[in-house]
Amino acid sequence: MITLTALRSFSVPVQAPCITPENFAGKSITEIKALPVTEGNCNVTLGDLFKLEQTPEETPNITLNGDLGKVKRVGQAMKSGEIVINGNIGMHTGEKMAGGKIVITGNAGGWTGSEMKKGTIEIHGDGGDYLASPYRGNDLGMKGGLITVDGNVGSDVGCHLKGGIIKIKGSAGRFLGYHMNDGVIYVEKDCDVRTGACMVGGKIVVGGTLEILPSFTIDSIKPKVKVDNITSVTGPFYVFLGDLSEHGTGKLFVNKSANSALKFYEKYL
Amino acid sequence: MTEILIKNGFVVDPRNKINCEKMDIAIKDNKIVKKINEKQAQIIDASGLTIMAGGVDIHSHIAGAEVNLGRIIRPEDHYKDPVRKTPITRSGTGYSIPSTFVTGYRYAEMGYTTVFNGSIASMKAKHAHEELNDIPLLDKGTFILTGDWWFVLENLAKNNIDECARLVAWLIHSARGYAIKVVNPGGLESWGFGRNVHSIDDQVPNFCITPREIMRGLIKVNKKLNMPHTIHLHTNNLGVPGNYQTTLDTMKALEDLSTDGKPVAHITHIQFACFKGENWRKFKSGAEDISKYINTHNHITLDMGQVTFSDTTTMTADGPFEFSLYEMGGHLKWVNSDVETESSGGIIPFEYKRNSPVNALQWSIGLELALLIKDPWKIFMTTDHPNGGPFYDYPKVLAWLYSKKAREATLKKCHKSARKKSLLPSINRELTLYEIAIMTRAGTAQALGLPNKGHLGVGADADVAIFNINPETLDIAQKFRTARRAFAHAVYTLKDGVIVTKDGQIVNSQIPGRTIWVDAQTKDPCRIDDDMKRKFKEYWTMEYENYPVTDHYIKVSDKVTVKASV
Repeated sequence: MITLTALRSFSVPVQAPCITPENFAGKSITEIKALPVTEGNCNVTLGDLFKLEQTPEETPNITLNGDLGKVKRVGQAMKSGEIVINGNIGMHTGEKMAGGKIVITGNAGGWTGSEMKKGTIEIHGDGGDYLASPYRGNDLGMKGGLITVDGNVGSDVGCHLKGGIIKIKGSAGRFLGYHMNDGVIYVEKDCDVRTGACMVGGKIVVGGTLEILPSFTIDSIKPKVKVDNITSVTGPFYVFLGDLSEHGTGKLFVNKSANSALKFYEKYL
Repeated sequence: MTEILIKNGFVVDPRNKINCEKMDIAIKDNKIVKKINEKQAQIIDASGLTIMAGGVDIHSHIAGAEVNLGRIIRPEDHYKDPVRKTPITRSGTGYSIPSTFVTGYRYAEMGYTTVFNGSIASMKAKHAHEELNDIPLLDKGTFILTGDWWFVLENLAKNNIDECARLVAWLIHSARGYAIKVVNPGGLESWGFGRNVHSIDDQVPNFCITPREIMRGLIKVNKKLNMPHTIHLHTNNLGVPGNYQTTLDTMKALEDLSTDGKPVAHITHIQFACFKGENWRKFKSGAEDISKYINTHNHITLDMGQVTFSDTTTMTADGPFEFSLYEMGGHLKWVNSDVETESSGGIIPFEYKRNSPVNALQWSIGLELALLIKDPWKIFMTTDHPNGGPFYDYPKVLAWLYSKKAREATLKKCHKSARKKSLLPSINRELTLYEIAIMTRAGTAQALGLPNKGHLGVGADADVAIFNINPETLDIAQKFRTARRAFAHAVYTLKDGVIVTKDGQIVNSQIPGRTIWVDAQTKDPCRIDDDMKRKFKEYWTMEYENYPVTDHYIKVSDKVTVKASV
């Protein structure tokens, strides 16, 4: 295991895509220290910013400590292994990830798990904006894997989702699952407005309150819904279909008991 | 005063009928001259290298409102291809819609020195010229969308050719444009009402005119004005299966207008207008029919609009065509616009894929056309940047043209249905360097009516491209990758007698390039009466007084004056 501890707090963004298990594997501490990173507009090395220590344990492969809110792109395109981040981490963590596991004990920045294909990301704090969403303008959404968030998430989470599962224990911001094609998003608490806008497929399960877009239509009431192979949530749930403005067949499961305001939809059943 | 002597290179200059001859090129200031004093001159040793005139691109969307809107809606496109600044060049972004500076640099790296912008609406001309000013190292000009301008439609409907000619002269002058551009004649006006025209004899709503009359009328106008270029035509029904018939009808409708055997129209991105079959499932190539027609007629020139399999951005003034793409492409992003009384527009990001039967066949159609048309002076190489692919793919397109091996290598990776339908396996033609020079410089310069461009004769502009190709030792058809690399990075590019790139790297980025525009001087001035000014007030969001582009908008102006016969 390699432990990286920030030598100081960073005032400008640090781009550190080199912090991945594959990159560190087979390298000595001196070689790892020499890996290039940028701090603001300066080219520096990993050793300039972090104290590196090697311990004999096998997992996790990398542990990061310190105030890392400005450190971006950790675990970018990683394929295997495990990274544990003790504290907050900056944007684009686990971007284009194709396997392995990232555990974040604090809050994650925006675009965590963006364009990811496989693997697991555990966030014990809050999830930030654009969680599992592609870069602005792209439609390359998350294709597979699992993201769990213990806290809340920001806006535009799971945009263009094409597969995989996102589980959020807290509440979500606006435009959750915008233009999603497939996959599952489960929010245990409330959602802000425009949930599932432009969705054409997939499943969003909401345990708390939300506002339904007028382009969704009610389909049925179901007693429970399956999120993945191990989790199923009991409701009952209103099932909405949409987004009709995109001829979509996405499903929006909304907890009946938490949403008395949606009761009037029942007359259309 | 600078003097440069390029020694011992193999010169390919089709305009002067020079085919790979070893000779020297002398440059004094910004012109090619017969002789200079060798002792004072800077010598470029070009032994074992091919020398051509600087490339002339006849159709490429490099500036204007639609290009800029394309940039706005595609942040992910810039993200893929950032360009760092160097001590000489400025930073920017590349890929399908590069920033202005990067456009100039990348064209120059490929040995291009002159580029003509596909289309702009004259209302948005000021913006286009500001962008053109910012494109370094290139001479450039722009075509003006005229075909659906209300005053033109009104006058053509009354068959008032002379008055229409005066108006068009005023329009081209006030937009500082180079030629008349006609896009989907009648269709753009119809698009303002959510409709389109589907043949050249459909009526345009509210104007009592057909596309046939618009095209014929504007060709007559073009002749009366003695414009250097023919009309630049984007046909009706573009991108619709079965449209090769419309294209043939269009060409037949213009046949009798050519009296001196010279071209009267340039049909641009012909690949998109060459589809056979009733629908996308029965999609076939119409290249055989079109090329058969072109081989026996001389009144039309074409450019390819080749598809290059890339993630690109389609942009055209043809609003209805872009709408059909939006419907096909999964409702992602779409810009739709109706430019008041002049044009429409649309932008869609689009990825051409080898494994799509339609896209793969489109790729094949472009090449079939270029190879089946025997005379390279009739069809030129473009990708309709960025509609078929970005212009940095030109070396790839050239490789497909000069090497059957290159074509086969790509065809192998294409969708099997396209492989079956493609005519390419039956075509053995491989273009020579001479023919390539025609398709990329000599022919385009001739079609555009640029006497000083596209050749290396005495008096020509000192725009020169030198490529690392030795025609004596390198068989480009076999070693197509080596030649492709050579075309992608010219050993030297000279612009106005100054070395701007060396070994594919920019060494001087301070040559601004000129903006070429046409001033067609009519005998009587255009009648701008109170009625016209009233219409400007009522129908335009712009006042008549603010409409023309004033001289200070153009950094380096190169006015071409022609005497009109009206």
